[in-house]
Amino acid sequence: MTEHHKSARTDSLILRTGTLFILPLQLVFSVFLLLRGHDEPGGGFIGGLVASGAFALYLYAFGHSALERLVRVSPKDILAVGLLLGLLATVPSVFFGDAFFTALWLEVSLGDNLVKLSTVLIFDIGVYLTVIGTLLTILMSLAEQLWEEQ
Amino acid sequence: MITLLLSVLAAAFLAPWIIQWKRSAARWFALIPFGLFLFSLTWISSVAEADSIVQTYPWMPSLGLSLSFLLDGLSLLFVLLITGIGTFIVWYASDYLKHHPDLGRFYFWLLLFMFAMLGLVISDNLIALFVFWELTSITSYMLIGFNHESAQSRKLALQGLFVTVGGGLVLMTGFILLGQISGTYQLSAIIQQPINESPWLSATLVLILVGAFTKSAQFPFHFWLPNAMAAPTPVSAFLHSATMVKAGVFLMARLHPAFFEQPLWSNAQMIFGTATMFIGAWLAWCSTDIKKVFAYTTVMALGTLTLLLGIGSDYALVAFVCYLLGHSLYKASLFMIAGGIDHSAGTRDLTKLSGLRSKMPVTFVVMVIGALSLAGLPPMFGFIGKELLLEAGLGADIWVISAIFLSSVLVSAVAIVVVVKPFFGKQMNGDSNVHESSIPLLAGPVVLLSLSLVFGLVPMLAQVALVNATLASVSPDSINTTLKLFPGINTALGLSFLSLIMGIIVASGWKPFRFWADRLWEISKRLSPEAGYFAFMDGIASFAGWQTRVIQNGRLGSYMTVLILATLLPVAWVLLDSVGLPHFSSTLDLTLYEWGMVVLMLSSTAFAVITRSRFASIISLGALGFSVALIFVHFSAPDLGITQVLVETLTVLLLVLVLVKVPGFARYSSTSEVVKDATVALFAGTVLSAVVMAAIPVQWSPAISSYFIDNSYELGKGRNIVNVILVDFRALDTLGEIFVLAIAALGIYSMMKLKGHRHD
Repeated sequence: MTEHHKSARTDSLILRTGTLFILPLQLVFSVFLLLRGHDEPGGGFIGGLVASGAFALYLYAFGHSALERLVRVSPKDILAVGLLLGLLATVPSVFFGDAFFTALWLEVSLGDNLVKLSTVLIFDIGVYLTVIGTLLTILMSLAEQLWEEQ
Repeated sequence: MITLLLSVLAAAFLAPWIIQWKRSAARWFALIPFGLFLFSLTWISSVAEADSIVQTYPWMPSLGLSLSFLLDGLSLLFVLLITGIGTFIVWYASDYLKHHPDLGRFYFWLLLFMFAMLGLVISDNLIALFVFWELTSITSYMLIGFNHESAQSRKLALQGLFVTVGGGLVLMTGFILLGQISGTYQLSAIIQQPINESPWLSATLVLILVGAFTKSAQFPFHFWLPNAMAAPTPVSAFLHSATMVKAGVFLMARLHPAFFEQPLWSNAQMIFGTATMFIGAWLAWCSTDIKKVFAYTTVMALGTLTLLLGIGSDYALVAFVCYLLGHSLYKASLFMIAGGIDHSAGTRDLTKLSGLRSKMPVTFVVMVIGALSLAGLPPMFGFIGKELLLEAGLGADIWVISAIFLSSVLVSAVAIVVVVKPFFGKQMNGDSNVHESSIPLLAGPVVLLSLSLVFGLVPMLAQVALVNATLASVSPDSINTTLKLFPGINTALGLSFLSLIMGIIVASGWKPFRFWADRLWEISKRLSPEAGYFAFMDGIASFAGWQTRVIQNGRLGSYMTVLILATLLPVAWVLLDSVGLPHFSSTLDLTLYEWGMVVLMLSSTAFAVITRSRFASIISLGALGFSVALIFVHFSAPDLGITQVLVETLTVLLLVLVLVKVPGFARYSSTSEVVKDATVALFAGTVLSAVVMAAIPVQWSPAISSYFIDNSYELGKGRNIVNVILVDFRALDTLGEIFVLAIAALGIYSMMKLKGHRHD
C-alpha cells in the first residue's frame, strides 16, 4: 500500500482505495468477458475495453509512472503480441489443406464440461491484446506529456 | 532500332560516373553518336528500297500496347542529323566546357536529350512520340539552365519550359483526339488512311498545330528561342538550331501526307510560317549578340520550313527537304564558330568585336563559308535550297514571294555583317587572350560545312542518299526531280541576285541602324508576345496567392467548413435529384421511454454546445454517447450497447486527460460566425440523416442477416451472432481493423514524443 501512496496523483482517498480493489476484479472480469464472448455478449473488443478502463482508472489515481511499473512490459509490446496472435490464427488452416483463415476447432472435455478451443479463440485473444495495447499506448503517451509528474 | 535508343540511354547514365573518374574521357563519348551514325548509314539503302521500315515490340499484348518504330526517309534523315551533328557537339563540348566542374552532369543531360530526340523521330506510336517530345523539353530545360547559379539562366530556362510544355499539353489533347477519330494510335496507319471528315477534325488540327508551333518557335511563340541562348554554346548548336526546334517541323512533315489537303492546316502553316520568317529575319537584323543573331535566323528558317509545307507544291516540298538539310548543317557550324569567338575574345557583342582576322584565320575562313551558306550563295548546298525556295514562292501568292524576298535581303545583310564586323577593322582592346580555336572547337564546323560544299557541288550525292527517300515520306505523290547547282537563268536566279545586291546595301547601314534598333527594342518590350508571357505568369502567381489566402487560411474552422460543404453539397444535390425530400410517416408513435431517450439526447447535445465550461461539455457529450447505448439496448443489441458504453467512458477519460491543458473556453467567434457555423453544421447533419433514411428501404439483394442467423451455430459454433461475425465470418475485416488501431496508437505516440522533443 505504501509504494502506491508515494506516487499518488490525486488527493482523493476514495479514488485511490477504490482503484486498488476494483483493478484486479475488473481485469478478471475482462478475461471472463473475453472467454464467454462466443456464446454470450462479450468478446475480444469488449474485454479489451474493460481492461483498458481498469488501467485508465489506475492512471488517474496513481499517475503514469505507477502505471508503467504495474504493467511491467511496454504497451507497444502488448500491441505487437496482439497483432502477431491475430495473424498467427490465420495460418494453421493452411497446413490442413483448407483455405487461409479457416477456423479449426478442437473440443476437449474436462469432466462434464465441453471446452471448445479454436484458432478463433486465438484470434479473439489477439484482438483483446491489441485493444489493451492501443489504449495503454495512447493513455500513457498522453499522460506522460500532458501531466506534470511529481 | 531499339538498340539505337538503349545505347544512347546507357551512355547517358554512365557519363557522370565515367567523367568523374577521368575527365579526359569526355571527348571519347563522341564515339557513341559517331558509331550510331555509321550504323544508321547502313539503313540508307534499305530505306530507299522499302520506303519505310516498321519494327514492333509487343509490350502489353493484353492491352494491345506495343512499342513500334517507324524508319523512313524523313526519320532516317533526322537520325543521321542527330547522330552526325551530335558527334561533333559531344567532342566540342569536351573542350568548350573543359574546366567546368559539372561536366558529367552536362553529358548526362546532353545524351539523354539525344535519346529523346532519336526516340521522337523513329516513334510510330502517337503516345510514345508525345513522351519523347516532352522529354526533349525537359532535357532542354535542364541544359538551358545549366549555369544554374545565374538567376537569368534559370528564368529563361523556365520560360522555354513553360512555352514548350504548355504546347505539349495542347499537343497531347490533339493526339488523343486524333487517335480517337482514327481508331488507332499508330502513326503509319493514320498516315496511310487519313480521316477526312469528322466533327472533331478541325479541333484536332488546331491543337496539333499549336503544339508544333510552340516547339518550333513560330510566331507568337517565338520568343523563347532567342532567350534559350542563355545555354552554353554546345547546347545552342545542338538543340536550338539543328534538332529540338525542328521537332515541330518534323511532326508537321510527318503528318503532311495526311492533312495537307485540309485548308485549315495548310493556310495556318502559310500564314504563321510567313510571319515567323519575316519577323525572324527582321529581329536578326536588329540584334547585336552573335548568338541572338543566329537564333533569330533559326526562327526565320523554321518559319520558312513551315511556310514551304503550307505551300505544298512539288517545288515547295523539294525545297523543304533541301532547306532542312542545308540549314541544319550550316546553323550548327555557325553556332560552334560563335562559341569559339566567345571563348577566345570574351564577348559576343558585334558592336565590340573587330579585327580578329589575323589572330583567328581558320575561324575566319570557316565563318566566311558558313555565311555563304546562310545567305544562300553558290556553291554551297544552301544555294540550291534557296533557289528552290524562291521557285516555290513564285508559285504561290504575291505576298508570300515578297515576304521571302525581303527576308532574304535581311538575311544576306546579316550574313555580311557577321563576317565583316568581327574579323575586319582594327584590333580590339584587350585582345591579348585572343587565340585560334582548338581542334575540337573547329572540327565540327569544318566537317559540316565541307559536307555542305560537297553537296552543293555534287547534289546527286545528297539526292540519292537522303533527299529522295525523305521526299517519299513527306509527299503524298511521288516527286521526280533532279537537284542541280545551276538550274538555268530564270526569275528565281534574278531575284536571288537582286536580294544579294540589296543585302550589301542594307549591310552597310548596319552601324547607323543601331540607334533605331535600340528605340524599337524599347517599344516592343511592352507589346511583344514575351511581355504577354510574363503578364500571364504573374497573373497565375497572384491568383494562386489569393486563392490560398482565402481557402487555406490556417483556421481549423474554415478547413472543416470547406470540407463539409465540398463533400455534402454534391451529395445533397444528387439526393434531391434522385430521391427527393425524405418524408416522415404522419404519426409519431413513440412510447414514454422512447420519448425520454429523445429528450435526453437532444438536451445533452444542446447543453454540450451552449455551455461555457469545458468539462461540462465533455461530460454532456458522454451523456449523449450513453443515450445512444440506451437505443442499442432498447433494440436488443447488447454487444453494441456494451461497446458503446465502454468506448464512451474511455473517450471521456481521454478528453479530460487532453483538455486539462487547454485554456478555458473563450468567446472567439462573433455572432455572425456562430450563425454561419451553425448553419453549416445543421446542413451537414440534415443531409447525412436524409442519406441514411433514403438508404434504409433500399434492398438490392436478400438480407444477409438470415444467413448469419441460420449458420452462426452450425458453422461458427457460437450463439453470439455479433461476435461470430466479428471473429469468424468477417475475421479478415477485423484483422484490418486491429491494424488500424495499432497505427492510430503509434501515430499518437509519435506525435506526443515529437512534442516532448521540441520542448527540450
